Amino acid sequence: MSSVNYGSKRIVTGAGYGFRDWLAQRVTAVLMALFTVIVLAQVIFSSGPIGYDQWAGIFAAQWMKVLTFCVILAMLMHVWVGIRDIWMDYIKPVGVRLGLHIASIVWLVGCAGWAIQVLWRL
Amino acid sequence: MTELARKRPEFRNINALTDLPSYNLPAAGWVSILHRISGALMFVLMPFIIWMFDNSITSEFSYAKFTALFSVGFGVVPGWMMKLVVLALLWAYLHHFIAGVRHLYMDAHHAVSKEFGKSSALVTLMLSIGLTVVLGAKLFGLY
Repeated sequence: MSSVNYGSKRIVTGAGYGFRDWLAQRVTAVLMALFTVIVLAQVIFSSGPIGYDQWAGIFAAQWMKVLTFCVILAMLMHVWVGIRDIWMDYIKPVGVRLGLHIASIVWLVGCAGWAIQVLWRL
Repeated sequence: MTELARKRPEFRNINALTDLPSYNLPAAGWVSILHRISGALMFVLMPFIIWMFDNSITSEFSYAKFTALFSVGFGVVPGWMMKLVVLALLWAYLHHFIAGVRHLYMDAHHAVSKEFGKSSALVTLMLSIGLTVVLGAKLFGLY
C-alpha cells in the first residue's frame, strides 16, 4: 500500500461512506417530527374552527419563522438523501442518473426557495 | 458444498412485470415499500403543498382562494377530486412518519428480531390507515 494518499493516488474505496447520509436522515427526521408536533399542538388546542387569523398567526412570530426555516433546510437534506437512494436503486445508466440527480436538486432547491419566500414574503 | 449437492435454482434480477405481481410480501415488506412510495409521492406533490401553504398564509383573500380549491375546484378538476389528492397526501405523510418512527425505534433499541419486525409493521399499517380514515372523514365533512 502506498503511503501517499492524495491527488491521483487517493484511495476512494473502503467503508463508512453511507454513515453521514444515514445519520443526516435520522437527525432531520427527528427535527421535522418535533416541528410537526409543535404545529399540530397549536392547531388542535386553538378554540373553535381554524380561520385565516389563527392559522397565519402561528407563523407570524419570529421564532416560528426561524424554526420553520430550519425545518425547510432539514427537509431539503432529508428528501435529497431519500430520492437519491431511489435513483441509485433503479436507474443503472450513469448519464440518465446524473440528469435525474440534477433535476431533483433543482426541483428541491426551487421548492425550498419558494417556501422561504412565503415565510418572509421577500 | 460437496459436488453431490443438488444444483440450487438461481434468482437473478427481479422482473417487474413477471415476478412482482406474484410476490407474497410480508407485512414489514409492505411497510418498507410503502415508506418509499409515500416519500416519492410527497416529493412529486411538493409544489402543490407549498402552493397550499403560500395561499393559506399570505392574506385573507388568498386564504379564500385556498379554501375555494376544495369547493369550486381547479379548471376542469372538481373540488372533491382535490380533496382526494389531499387525502393521498395525508396518508403519505402519516405512513412515512409512522414508518420512520419505527425505523428510529429499531435503531435505538436494536429491535431487529423477525417477530418485532412483523408486529411493529402491523401496528404501523393499522395506525397510518386508521388515522387516514379519521382525518379523511373530517376532510370530507363527515363529522
